Amino acid sequence: MAVAETVAAPVAGMRSDLMRQRVRSAWVFLAPMLIVLAMVAGWPLVRSIYFSFTNASLANIDAAQWIGFENYLSITRLKSGKILYDGLLADPIWWRAVWNTVKFTIVSVTLETIFGTIVALVLNAEFRGRGIVRAAILVPWAIPTVVSAKMWSWMLNDQFGIINDVLMNLGIISSKIAWTANPDTAMFAVLLVDIWKTTPFMALLILAGLQMVPGDIYEAARIDGVHPVKVFFKVTLPLIRPALMVAVIFRMLDALRIFDLIYVLTPNNSQTKTMSVYARENLFDFDKFAYGSAAATFLFLILAVITVVYIVVGRVNFDGGR
Amino acid sequence: MKLRSALMAFSAGIVLMGSAANAANLSIVSGDTGNGLAVLREQLDIFEKNTGNKVTIVPMPSSTSDQFGQYKLWLAAGNSDIDVYQTDVIWAPQLSDQLLDLTDATKDVVGAHFPSIIESQTVNGKLVALPIFTDAPALYYRKDLLEKYGKQPPKTWDELAATAKEVQDKEREAGSKDIWGFVWQGNSYEGLTCNALEWVKSNGGGQIIEADGEISINNPQAAAALDRAKGWVNTISPPGVLAYQEEEARGVWQTGNAVFMRNWPYAYGLGNGADSAVKDKFDVVPLPAGSGEGAKSAATLGGWNLAVSKYSKNPKEAIELVKFIASPEMQKLKALKASNLPTIQALYDDADIAKGQPIIPRWKEVFQNAVPRPSAPTKVKYNEVSSNFWTATHDTLSGNGSAADNLEMLEAKLTKLKGAGW
Repeated sequence: MAVAETVAAPVAGMRSDLMRQRVRSAWVFLAPMLIVLAMVAGWPLVRSIYFSFTNASLANIDAAQWIGFENYLSITRLKSGKILYDGLLADPIWWRAVWNTVKFTIVSVTLETIFGTIVALVLNAEFRGRGIVRAAILVPWAIPTVVSAKMWSWMLNDQFGIINDVLMNLGIISSKIAWTANPDTAMFAVLLVDIWKTTPFMALLILAGLQMVPGDIYEAARIDGVHPVKVFFKVTLPLIRPALMVAVIFRMLDALRIFDLIYVLTPNNSQTKTMSVYARENLFDFDKFAYGSAAATFLFLILAVITVVYIVVGRVNFDGGR
Repeated sequence: MKLRSALMAFSAGIVLMGSAANAANLSIVSGDTGNGLAVLREQLDIFEKNTGNKVTIVPMPSSTSDQFGQYKLWLAAGNSDIDVYQTDVIWAPQLSDQLLDLTDATKDVVGAHFPSIIESQTVNGKLVALPIFTDAPALYYRKDLLEKYGKQPPKTWDELAATAKEVQDKEREAGSKDIWGFVWQGNSYEGLTCNALEWVKSNGGGQIIEADGEISINNPQAAAALDRAKGWVNTISPPGVLAYQEEEARGVWQTGNAVFMRNWPYAYGLGNGADSAVKDKFDVVPLPAGSGEGAKSAATLGGWNLAVSKYSKNPKEAIELVKFIASPEMQKLKALKASNLPTIQALYDDADIAKGQPIIPRWKEVFQNAVPRPSAPTKVKYNEVSSNFWTATHDTLSGNGSAADNLEMLEAKLTKLKGAGW
């Protein structure tokens, strides 16, 4: 659609044969991608939305019957006159999961952006062995999440974990901490691993932005005697802002649907249960496939709303450049 | 269709004649703990040699909650890649629709098993799984340490806490810095339901939901039992116990860092293995009792079974495999190598087993009096019931609300879940 518009718009009045042909071939080239996308993303999405309005159970999906909005909210008036609210919108566990997810997203993306920027600035400087360091820093990002989550869960283990051992020997803590079990530290543990894992990704995207900044601007700033900190905030940051905004939205979408890390590190823990974990639990563990579908649909809605708000408020430009 | 069944009968005939021609490739999925998978492989090697069929093990995480979600998904999708599932004792009513009825195929062998176990796997007259071992937990204790301080194995939870505390403190003074009094399974998963059911039941607090479907969990004795367990965390049990499953608890125990452990019999054989720090230093007794009216030792009934998927392409061979692993010879092998409790009555009088794994004959009475989880009355809603129960328990243990408040909330949630009936 976007292609057709940009190609066709300037010549709206006088469409030449050539132009029409180009539009047609653009569609032909896009078609395979659109068809695959519709099959692997569109169809499942439509199916889950459909199931969220039914009473489907995993054991007998074909017998699903349409029940309207009951999975989201159903209001029953009792004989005594009391009104009973039921469904996803009235489920405190769901709202707890939403809050957990939002909290996780805000903290993790903020810290990853800050650390990623610092790492990118360091990697942007000229020094010997820069290539090797750039490759090495990507290692946490390259390890599959399930593997790194399991690895960290052993490192964070209260009795055998290396982290407790190191902290004890350094005298920082006086008794071993159960990082993943303690409700106060469970979220911290998850954040720690996520930041460790995804900071390299942010650094890479920001580094790409940094390399677009022309060197003569810095030279001019240096000649004018501007303080380096001021240079960063007045020159570098505005120039890498487009790249930064795109990097942040990538991470935000990723963080809002976090599942694997939490599922391995702190399964079933109500302090870290996110929307995706909640949806999976209802879909497969409990006999509530339709209810889980409603949660998944709501997750999709929340994601969509946040993305749109972010793009509008942040004036993100996906075309690159300005 | 006719051709296919004819072919199937033909190939089965060949298999029975002992020829390796036209052999089937089977897959069995199992999330067994300890050396369970290694023992299973050993059994499968014998099966392969006898029949010429090939069997692949698909390993799964040992958490029963994790396994269940995956199996349910596979079965709902009509997955034909897995022929045989190793199923938990509580799953029969939830998965029965998608498993083959084994009643006819196992007519000749079911009589040898304990009738109560066979009954637990029978749903609406359909035998959905054949038991391969049963389970009832034990209180493991360090003989050497208790002797050293002149203590007896505890009969009540309060005795256990007192003994654990004393031995733990004295051992720490003596230099074993990492020792803890009591380890168990406190992670929020099915295992916590098992542990907490024992605390509640042994304290005369009922069994969450009674056999007739009545929700009984909100009572002072149950709350007292949870409060007592909360008192263990960070005093006699490591704070990390709230993230332990079976294997984490065994890890602490088997490296010699616990005075007591609550675990299933599989840890008995492993604890006496060559690489164990507690080899020959421990023994087992039934779990302690609580206090107050109706208090007596309670053990949650566990156990694993083999079921054949309705979508299996080789049902005949798969059933043969199930019958083979559930056979007396194989159960004896598993009893000797993995200290799993057999489901065949005669094996409890077997001299080899009595010598090799003395826990097994002693445990016959314990598992026969074991308390079942409320999976039968709650049917397909059992998982949600259990999840609500372990969440209320985990919240209580980690100091998130008092036991009385959490159980009151739990009762409300279960009542809502029950609706007009289970």
